[in-house]
Amino acid sequence: MTSTVNEVDTSVFDGQRERAAAIVMRYPEPRSALLPLLHLVQYVEGHVSRAGVAFCAEILDITPAEVSAVATFYTMYKREPVGEHLVSVCTNTLCAALGGDDIYAAVRERLGGIGHEQTAGEPGTPGSLTIEHAECLAACDLAPVLTVNYEFFDRQTVDSAREIVDALARGERPHPTRGAPLTDFRRIELLLAGFFDEPEVGGAEANAGPSADEATLRGARLAEERGWTAPPMPDASPDRPTEAVDLPGGAS
Amino acid sequence: MTEPSGTPEEHRPDPLTPVLTRRWLLPESWTLRHYAELGGYEAMHQAFAMDPADIVSLVKDSGLRGRGGAGFPTGMKWSFIPQPKPGEEPTPATQDAPQFKPKYLVINADEGEPGTCKDTPLMMADPHSLIEGCIITAYAIRANFCAIYIRGEIVHAIRRLHFAVKEAYEAGHLGKDIHGSGFDLDIVVHAGAGAYICGEETALLDSLEGRRGQPRLKPPFPATAGLYAAPTVVNNVETIATVPSIVAGGKEWFRTMGRERSPGPKIYSLSGHVERPGQYEAPLGTTLRELLEMAGGMKDGIPLKFWTPGGSSTPLFTAEHLDVPLDFEGAAEAGSMLGTTAVMIFNETVSVPWAVMKWTEFYEHESCGKCTPCREGNYWLAGILRRMNDGQGTEEDIDTLLDVCSNVLGRSFCALGDGAVSPITSGIKYFRQEFLDLCSAQQASSDRVLAGAH
Repeated sequence: MTSTVNEVDTSVFDGQRERAAAIVMRYPEPRSALLPLLHLVQYVEGHVSRAGVAFCAEILDITPAEVSAVATFYTMYKREPVGEHLVSVCTNTLCAALGGDDIYAAVRERLGGIGHEQTAGEPGTPGSLTIEHAECLAACDLAPVLTVNYEFFDRQTVDSAREIVDALARGERPHPTRGAPLTDFRRIELLLAGFFDEPEVGGAEANAGPSADEATLRGARLAEERGWTAPPMPDASPDRPTEAVDLPGGAS
Repeated sequence: MTEPSGTPEEHRPDPLTPVLTRRWLLPESWTLRHYAELGGYEAMHQAFAMDPADIVSLVKDSGLRGRGGAGFPTGMKWSFIPQPKPGEEPTPATQDAPQFKPKYLVINADEGEPGTCKDTPLMMADPHSLIEGCIITAYAIRANFCAIYIRGEIVHAIRRLHFAVKEAYEAGHLGKDIHGSGFDLDIVVHAGAGAYICGEETALLDSLEGRRGQPRLKPPFPATAGLYAAPTVVNNVETIATVPSIVAGGKEWFRTMGRERSPGPKIYSLSGHVERPGQYEAPLGTTLRELLEMAGGMKDGIPLKFWTPGGSSTPLFTAEHLDVPLDFEGAAEAGSMLGTTAVMIFNETVSVPWAVMKWTEFYEHESCGKCTPCREGNYWLAGILRRMNDGQGTEEDIDTLLDVCSNVLGRSFCALGDGAVSPITSGIKYFRQEFLDLCSAQQASSDRVLAGAH
């Protein structure tokens, strides 16, 4: 009896074998490559297909069941093809209290009433959008937030979120508040698989942009205005065998 | 005459003490050039001139405690890594013993506790402070491989970290025989895939091994059997980013900030109904009253109703707790936990049962399913809270909620279950009447079948 791996056609991934090998090489043990490999699968197909599961199983010499168990555990691995863009609206308590629930409702309404992990338009075609309500996105000082392909749009309102969705549906790519210029869901999955340097994901240029949002800097800014600093570091400390360096945190 | 002995008051630090955040205002603060201009990677050279065991002692003596929520003493955690005794060589009997296995450093950058937003901006604005901390820590525990497990949804922080690691390699700070020290270190930036539970250190390790992110039974602890069953230190981003400053400034300097048992600076993340939400790096032990004053007070002057000292898993506080010193002891003595110092602030317009329901839905979704109390408990807690918020609650629901909570708390496999009941039990403790008010509509008449109701 042949294994499931052999029954599934994985040729769609033939162009990815070099990348897959590079992922495996990063780790002391090959199986650690599974999460990035699944991101690579989503780069190719926009979701984790049966072929994608078989491909990962083949690369790592584990069973498709072992791969499926992992693929179905994590929120970012999608079982249905995702649209050109993935719009995630934070509806956790803090964002929701500041309007996140209303924003999510408005986004749904704008896209014909679709729900969580549903897609407006044909996946793979320009302007197709998959939406989801997301858990806390670690940007609470900038709430309410949404992300498009995991790039942040901070301090949203119902109107601004509608505008983003409309622009995306028209094939435009509004610039995130922080982060790199928008690409699309699949190319971000290539980045998540660990391939940052390729022109397709923006290369080193994508790394530019503001270091932080103004809200994030408020404490540092206030300290600067009021002349508050950490206590000065000693010139020489018995803990240290060498001369101290002058650090701005210690300068008065 | 004797000199007056120094008291903490005499040396009271400024209200804000930027150490981790001191480079954040620089343009292109994330680049190696700017990091190096301001003393970056000097501590690494200092560390290479030290014996690794002395670095462990230094960090232990500094009193640094983990910034990921639990507050475990960092140096002590490092000291649990088994190392060969001086001159000890593996024998056939000991060659598989932990001290002869490879050692690993794993950074927990899976920031996902609701309200927490400190590590993401740190990695975005100053990724090299984390990388330098990784180098020093790996040297101290004699690890040659470090994985930074970073949450998949924070793409730009991942990007920043990747390019910073690349810069560090190009500068010779990573790789083989770093600056002639004889020490090798490789760092891999590993993106997660969306699972809150992977912030739990053993679930993180399983995930990093390419498995479902479910927690492991402890013991054995990661210090003896962590990544690939080898000795492993798992530390939070902020913890490790603090290490270079301790090496540069010394333990006494570090202790000039914060309190006796909770020394050092800490990034407090203020969010919600406050005029100027943001990241405020202050000595541990700072109070919400002081933080609010710096952040311009409550938004539009609407009074404070409830807040979390350190994320949704830390029991709620109210306006009565404005003067609680926010350090590990202060928060615990007042009935909560310091957690991640994710200070979420809610005003009088927010319903407590609604907020509690939203958080419970989060835990229901993020429960990994491994243990029954957490998986089933959160399912039923969320269902009951949804029904109550829909105006179909009964007074008995409050007892049912507390009963289920007592079957989840302390009976779950990991801390997710314990954290999940915090908002419910503390919400009912301080705002029981609000839960009762939800039931009044239901009191009059009901012949409906109510999910989870007696």
